Amino acid sequence: MAGSDTTARSSGGRSAPDTVKILIAGGFGVGKTTMVGSVSEIVPLRTEEPLTMAGLGVDDLNGVEEKRATTVALDFGRITVSDDLVLYLFGTPGQQRFWFMWNDLAVGALGAVVLVDVRRPKSSFAAIDFFERRGIPFVIAVNGFHGEHPYPVEDIREALALPDGVPVLLCDARERESCRDVLISLIDRLIAEAAPAG
Amino acid sequence: MGGSDSAGRLVRPFTLTGGRTRPSRGDFTLITTVTAADPQPEAAARPQPEHARILRLCAEPVAVAELAARLDLPMSVVVIMLCDLLEAGRITIHPPHPVNRTTPDLDLLQKVREGLGRL
Repeated sequence: MAGSDTTARSSGGRSAPDTVKILIAGGFGVGKTTMVGSVSEIVPLRTEEPLTMAGLGVDDLNGVEEKRATTVALDFGRITVSDDLVLYLFGTPGQQRFWFMWNDLAVGALGAVVLVDVRRPKSSFAAIDFFERRGIPFVIAVNGFHGEHPYPVEDIREALALPDGVPVLLCDARERESCRDVLISLIDRLIAEAAPAG
Repeated sequence: MGGSDSAGRLVRPFTLTGGRTRPSRGDFTLITTVTAADPQPEAAARPQPEHARILRLCAEPVAVAELAARLDLPMSVVVIMLCDLLEAGRITIHPPHPVNRTTPDLDLLQKVREGLGRL
């Protein structure tokens, strides 16, 4: 069943690695792209999708010129985990209603990090709700601006009405080690859920 | 956003697809890996310039999202062109590692954890 069974191989080049992804979500301006950039081995890349087109589902372009075009951007980075496995990190658009622009954005994700700004925790509610409803495992990472964390974890957990078992971490999205530790916590949660209890 | 060129940026990419806005197949996700066939099919005609650009960028395996970013084109446009290239036998594709919530892949998770630990 593993993807490696179907590995495409061009005769001269190296074989294609397996790919997995983690979503970095949260409200507008909470530091998603900053976090992606802190751990990515490449400068974060951006792909933009024209909103009008997908939003209307149009099949021909007549008249589109007259509409004001808007694009929705998706920023992402990459971590080469090993020779044959690459992890992509996608910073989701701040407005969750635009996630449909990439049909498969949430499909097949290992899990998600929901970044929270303690000054505006409500801006991350939509993302929390999205992952809860779809059964996508996530951790909460509270991004302390200037690295400061004025509120204890328990207060944040309460303010966000989080179910038990959802880890809450304090982080600084500008710091590589801090972001790495958040990702490791997510993977640890996935491992704990995968391993038989005991 | 919303600059005077934005309407052009919206419309122009789809001229690359002959006006098509929907892909002919569903093989391509954000992290599907694409590799140019080597050698290219012998009978094939000379690829059009944008197709040739894609083939250069995927001489080594590359994910669809990266291709779109490097081409500075919407993913929806790139996927339509990739469908053409796949049907012409010019690229091979490798799907993402499947994620199954009911039977998680512990080996995969351990591997990711170790990789992150080395960062």
